[in-house]
Amino acid sequence: MGWISDVLRAIVGTIIIFSAVAFIAVMFGVLLERKISAWMQSRLGPKHVGPQGLLQTLADTIKLLQKENIVPARADKVIFASAVIVVPLAALLDYVVIPFGTTRSGPLIFRDLNIGVLYFAATSSLVVVGILMAGWGSNNKYALLGGMRSAAQMVTYEIPMGLALVTVALVAGSLSTVTIVNGQARLWYIVTQPVAFLVFLVAATAEVNRVPFDLVEAESELVAGYFSEYSGMRFALFQLGEYGEMFAMAAMAVTLFLGGWRGPVLPPVVWFVVKLYALIFVFMWVRWTYPRFRIDQMLNFSWKILIPVSVLNLVVTAFFAVVAHR
Amino acid sequence: MLLDWGYVAIFALVGAGMVALPLLIIWLISPRSDYPQKFETYESGVPTIGQAWSQFHVRYYLFSLVFVVFDVEIIYLYPWAVVARSLGAFAFWEMLVFLAILVLGLAYAWRRGALEWT
Amino acid sequence: MTGEAIAFYILAAVTLGSAVVVVTSGNIVHSAAALVPGFLGVTGLYILLNAEFVAGIQVLIYAGAITVLILFAIMLTEGGTGLGGRQRNEQALVGATVAAAMAVLLIIVATRTGWTAGGGTLPPYTPGAIGQSFLRQNILVFEGTSIVLLVSLMGAIMTARRED
Repeated sequence: MGWISDVLRAIVGTIIIFSAVAFIAVMFGVLLERKISAWMQSRLGPKHVGPQGLLQTLADTIKLLQKENIVPARADKVIFASAVIVVPLAALLDYVVIPFGTTRSGPLIFRDLNIGVLYFAATSSLVVVGILMAGWGSNNKYALLGGMRSAAQMVTYEIPMGLALVTVALVAGSLSTVTIVNGQARLWYIVTQPVAFLVFLVAATAEVNRVPFDLVEAESELVAGYFSEYSGMRFALFQLGEYGEMFAMAAMAVTLFLGGWRGPVLPPVVWFVVKLYALIFVFMWVRWTYPRFRIDQMLNFSWKILIPVSVLNLVVTAFFAVVAHR
Repeated sequence: MLLDWGYVAIFALVGAGMVALPLLIIWLISPRSDYPQKFETYESGVPTIGQAWSQFHVRYYLFSLVFVVFDVEIIYLYPWAVVARSLGAFAFWEMLVFLAILVLGLAYAWRRGALEWT
Repeated sequence: MTGEAIAFYILAAVTLGSAVVVVTSGNIVHSAAALVPGFLGVTGLYILLNAEFVAGIQVLIYAGAITVLILFAIMLTEGGTGLGGRQRNEQALVGATVAAAMAVLLIIVATRTGWTAGGGTLPPYTPGAIGQSFLRQNILVFEGTSIVLLVSLMGAIMTARRED
């Protein structure tokens, strides 16, 4: 019964990935955000809980766990409850195709699917449905407005992201993430595809609702957007979804453009983590530097600038890859 | 290949369980002190007037519509991207025609104001 | 009972169950939300048929884009208010009889037909094979699809903005 051991390995792998995301990515990421923003604003971040404030997010999570379970009386209970599961689950599903490094027997990836890049785009689009359900299920004007605007924003920026993914797939000749990383053995794709890299980063920032695209959860305008009515652990789960998605986008950008785990001396996993956190730092740097867009500016930027630019980039890349070589 | 997706299914199920775990914990250990004002909808302290569920503007629908068409275009680009280099120049010109027709659609949507927020 | 058969029955149950919820729920937003498990069930069925590219597209387009489209369209109308509508009217009995008769007829036809079990393996539905197919043999269909997409885009925009 060899399949029982396979199933057990899959379950253990899932638990490891989930825990790694929850602790290293989300908890550490939230703390990193607070420390980096503090450093950029010439103040100190959290310092008391644990050495240099490292256990701050853990303390926050424990606090949130024992908060009261409040469901608004007028909320739609079924949709309110299922949205909390859909958003973090869709964000976590992204991690199946991300290669974290290599082991002796092959790449360190949960499963190297043949359609890896397409799978990533598909699970990112599932998050939109969850957000729309969260906004609608709350029966709260702020939440609903935030949810619908967020859905419109995420949906608009999925197209440039998809076009950037297609461009990299064209250069690599495959949709499998491991093949794409192996194709960067001599030259990282960021050198040959800088436009696609920038488009992907901008689209990724918009997909996770971060500044400058965070108008749907701007505290001064929409309270907290689609998760206004979610308190306690439910709020923490939405944060898990948002930060998990951000880390997944950064990890995909590392895989597609920065050579994944490839690097000279250090072990591959270390290189991957270094590049990942470099991109996370860029995301956070952007957050604390720029003001936020208005919604019509943001939508115009995608439809009228990013999409034509990425289509043009795709055509030019295809021309040089396919026609000019013959 | 089918085995790959079995693993993905296990990942999804175990992941759903782990996401639901904190909810189970709070259901078990959270304190309860119910009074009616706590369950009112949040609106910065002001009592809400009417339902939040009302009729919305048509522009949301137009955005998602244009998005669906362009998403379908992108799924045609994925298999083309995988084989483009091995098929040669003819594949490139074919895809250029396809992209040109859909850029025409984008230009039409732009001119007809389907992409405007107002 | 092989693993594939078990997977098939589970996926079929999920798909049919969500379809029942879609049809019988009084709240139209619940109906639309119940479409998502149905689409995911169909995704699993595509994977069982070795068509993983189509499965990926199914999630991307149907569960991702079409669900959002349907939800937005519902919110455009009064149905988005979440008020339950009456799901049955005076003709329920007649309708049930006709539906039962149709079901019996279909089952008789399906079980009496001599389905020939095709031998051999399924063709490879990899992205590469699909790309080769529509860029060489089926090129006219492919370009025709782009025209269909363009026409549908134009038609929908014309319809939705006729109030201006």
